[in-house]
Amino acid sequence: MPQTKSYRWSTATALLLASLLLLAPAPAFAKTEIHLWHAMTGQLGESVNALVKQFNESQSEYEVKALRKGNYSETLTAAIAAYRQRQAPHIVQVFEVGTQTMMLSGAVLPVYQLMKEQEMAVDWKDFIAPVVGYYSKDGNLYSMPFNSSTPIFYYNKDAFQKAGLDPNKPPQTWKQVGEYSKKLIASGTTKCGFSTAWPSWVQVENMHALHDQPFATRRNGFDGLDVQLLINREFGVKHLNQLAAWQKEGIFSYGGRMGTADPKFLSGDCGMYTHSSALIGGFTKGAKFKWGTAQLPHYGAPYKKATSIIGGATLWVMKGKPAAENRGTARFLKFVSDTNQQMWWHVTTGYLAISNSAVKNLEAAQHFKRNPDQFTAFAQLTKGTATPNSQGLRLGNFVQIRDVIESEMENIFAGKKSAKQGLDDAVAKSNEILKEFAAANKP
Amino acid sequence: MQRTVFKSRWLPYLLVAPQLAVTVLFFFWPAVKSLQLSVYRVSPFGDRSTFVGLENFTKLLADPDYYASVLNSFLFAGGVTGLSVLGSLVLAGLATQKIRGLAVYRTLLLWPYGIAPAVAGIIFLFIFHPAYGILPYLLSFVTAYEFNWLLKGWVAMTLVIVATAWTHLGYNIAFYIAGLLAIPASVMEAADVDGAGPLRRFTAIVFPLVSPITFYLVVLNMVFAFFESFGVIDAVTKGGPGQATEIMVYKLYKDGFIGLNLGSSGAQSVILMAIVIGLTVLQFRFAEKKVTYR
Amino acid sequence: MSAVGTTQLERARVRVHAADAPRRRRARGGGLLVHTLLIACIAVVVFPLYFAFIVSTQDLQQVVQRPPRLLPSTHLLDNYAEAWRRASMGRMLFNSAVMAVTIAVGKIAISMLSAFAIVYFNFRGRTLCFWMIFITLMLPVPVRLMSTYEVIGTLGWLNSYEGLTIPLMASATATFLFRQFYLTVPNEMVEAAQLDGAGPLRFLWGFLLPLSWANIAALFVVLFIFGWNQYLWPLMITNTEAMRTVVIGLEQLIPRSGTELPTWNLIMAGAMMALLPPVAVIIFMQRWFVKGLVESDK
Repeated sequence: MPQTKSYRWSTATALLLASLLLLAPAPAFAKTEIHLWHAMTGQLGESVNALVKQFNESQSEYEVKALRKGNYSETLTAAIAAYRQRQAPHIVQVFEVGTQTMMLSGAVLPVYQLMKEQEMAVDWKDFIAPVVGYYSKDGNLYSMPFNSSTPIFYYNKDAFQKAGLDPNKPPQTWKQVGEYSKKLIASGTTKCGFSTAWPSWVQVENMHALHDQPFATRRNGFDGLDVQLLINREFGVKHLNQLAAWQKEGIFSYGGRMGTADPKFLSGDCGMYTHSSALIGGFTKGAKFKWGTAQLPHYGAPYKKATSIIGGATLWVMKGKPAAENRGTARFLKFVSDTNQQMWWHVTTGYLAISNSAVKNLEAAQHFKRNPDQFTAFAQLTKGTATPNSQGLRLGNFVQIRDVIESEMENIFAGKKSAKQGLDDAVAKSNEILKEFAAANKP
Repeated sequence: MQRTVFKSRWLPYLLVAPQLAVTVLFFFWPAVKSLQLSVYRVSPFGDRSTFVGLENFTKLLADPDYYASVLNSFLFAGGVTGLSVLGSLVLAGLATQKIRGLAVYRTLLLWPYGIAPAVAGIIFLFIFHPAYGILPYLLSFVTAYEFNWLLKGWVAMTLVIVATAWTHLGYNIAFYIAGLLAIPASVMEAADVDGAGPLRRFTAIVFPLVSPITFYLVVLNMVFAFFESFGVIDAVTKGGPGQATEIMVYKLYKDGFIGLNLGSSGAQSVILMAIVIGLTVLQFRFAEKKVTYR
Repeated sequence: MSAVGTTQLERARVRVHAADAPRRRRARGGGLLVHTLLIACIAVVVFPLYFAFIVSTQDLQQVVQRPPRLLPSTHLLDNYAEAWRRASMGRMLFNSAVMAVTIAVGKIAISMLSAFAIVYFNFRGRTLCFWMIFITLMLPVPVRLMSTYEVIGTLGWLNSYEGLTIPLMASATATFLFRQFYLTVPNEMVEAAQLDGAGPLRFLWGFLLPLSWANIAALFVVLFIFGWNQYLWPLMITNTEAMRTVVIGLEQLIPRSGTELPTWNLIMAGAMMALLPPVAVIIFMQRWFVKGLVESDK
């Protein structure tokens, strides 16, 4: 094989040289194209384009071409279809819930392996543990973290002031959230106490991690495919019961999946909110009141406090591309994870910087002094205890599982089912889905 | 009825060839391949598959959620078809009266048809939005009842039905205007002489006369509601709250396209097609006898 | 449906022209009522679009303002320019137009031919052909999306105009409409043509085609809109920005990751640009649209 290749290369070089001699002006050496499919829209899409442009201008051998391929699901499905036709892009952005699917697909080149093959030194130890942990297997990183965030707590400082609460003392426990909500509502400042974005990610997945409770068996799925959910145990039922009771009292106001509840906080209807740390930029532009951030509320003893888990997406490298092109892919990924790039990415988009050195540099540049809210997420991810329950979730068909959980949460909040009943149903359905995934992925 | 025909051995085949080629290559071949998957369990990347017989079907038939989605489909298709066909008949009836400014009225009634389901979904999402939508805002003046479609299933279902029916309206109106204009003046004059009021004239004369159009529109709207119109659902409710607006084709899309469970979505396709073909045949059987053709 | 209304349709067709004039009587007294009802209904039907337009002229603050503004604001040009730039609308509008026109013309051409064969020839497998075409109505896109993609991949048509258009060209509805129309053409015409010594193709070209312009125009409207409004298919098979269509471009303006605030004014500006061409087609071809449907009835 190598011979044929070098033979072909020498022929190509000879032809090129010949044409150089024959033709003037000489044709420029074509850059090797590296295709990147992503799912970023709006401002974030523009940031991706800016990042790619910086890379393309930083060197002359490769040209990364970024293309939005729809939302996360559409991007993944399109990449699979293309892979089966040998038309896959070099790099594809996949959301965190697709991690297990990608790992078991046999269609990817793990990032650690790519970097080893291309002999590119990466200081893996420098990466923030909860971020790389989510995407690693046996200590090896499989995909390059790209846009990572973690849920944090937002509160309306103006409303706090009006209701006679200290705007510099956000609630730390769920009990306080309840009390503060009542004050906000009783004083006529807000209509509801708090709302949440990403119901399953924030209120179920992260609450279990933060309270050091297992989400699923087999170390949250990291140890095998024969997994079952554990969210219908004492803690899960307790928290959902609490939310359902508060929904009834008007303290909690359910606002839909993903970020559809944003206006509840932005309009001042609800005084507190839980959402991804990546929203800081959006709220800075969109909110007409003073607001602050804090770490997610906790129930306190007897539960331990662990770190929260992350969400977002990573860049996966598709298998089957020539080594020369893989080199370009590796260089781009190296560029993305580079300290300076990470700092730029964090400041521009609000997503987390993934290396400790980037965080240190940001600290040194007084970034967090000026933007204390930007530090909340890092504090939550790095200052708590990392436990097996907080390292992340590794579940097959996670997209469907999240959908099942959120459907049942809606049934609970609507009063159609008790918290226990809803969670039992969610677990039963999810276990079916997990079984199906395990069967389909038997080697 | 005997039609006069041309005679040629090869020409008819040549004439149908392009259409059949496209149909076979891009409809039948892919559909058969997809349907084949209904008896397999397939890995997400499609590289590993095992024959599982009817397991995908038995699993579906044992799943209460699936029955819920069947029920939702009928509710949705019935609601959309009823609302858009009846609504358009009334509007077309008004737009064929003898009044000034007909051209303007007709234009205003027809153009929503040009709007893509995806675009309509976005517009309605904004109008219905629980926090800053204008509709909940206006309703809050009328009644204290909270039309919170994020938690109330029936409100969500009503919204997606109204939005979907809206996108069909222009198409149906065009057909009805056409049909109403074709009713001979003499028939209407005779009715006038008989002293029939406008309502009576409508139910006794107009409605039977446009029944072939109604029949066609019911079939088409139903097929459309069952198969093609999940754009609005995807943009507005995503099947929620709970499973309240999860219709069969949306579940199929979610399990197959998003969840990458190709085996189950294949089985769902088989069932969905069987239902729609069955319904169409039934309608032909029953309706064709009742439809008035003159 | 096969038997639906041949005789009735023949009459209907003749009637349309005869009936139009004398029917214009009645009303006057009820005129005001009809106007009021119509205006009320149209207000409801048109409101969503009007409101979307209003939003597209506002800035973000005005969008969330309570009570909502119902009159245009001053940011129309800014929003449209920004939406145009962000989603690179120009190229996408062009692609959408190519796609919609090609699909419409292609569908009309192949449907006209196949319907002609089915109506005017007796050949083995005629009924089978008809049902094969009709049943395509029952094969929803999600069912065959992935497999069709593979066919296109094998043909090497990914990311091309062929791939964008040809797979969408089979149409049960168009074939059906042509068939219904041909059935309404009196037998005497065919006989007369045959006496003149006209072959089938001469008959199609010289007699049927001139009669079916209104149908073709109506179909063009329906099919243009069908093609223009496609989303999932073009998203899957186009791999470069240069091949993207406008409905995809619009999606690009909507934050889907749930970590960014939607700029509704820009989204609505994009929506306006995406829906203007099909709406314009309807408005300009409205006369033929309605007429074409009358002549063929179904």
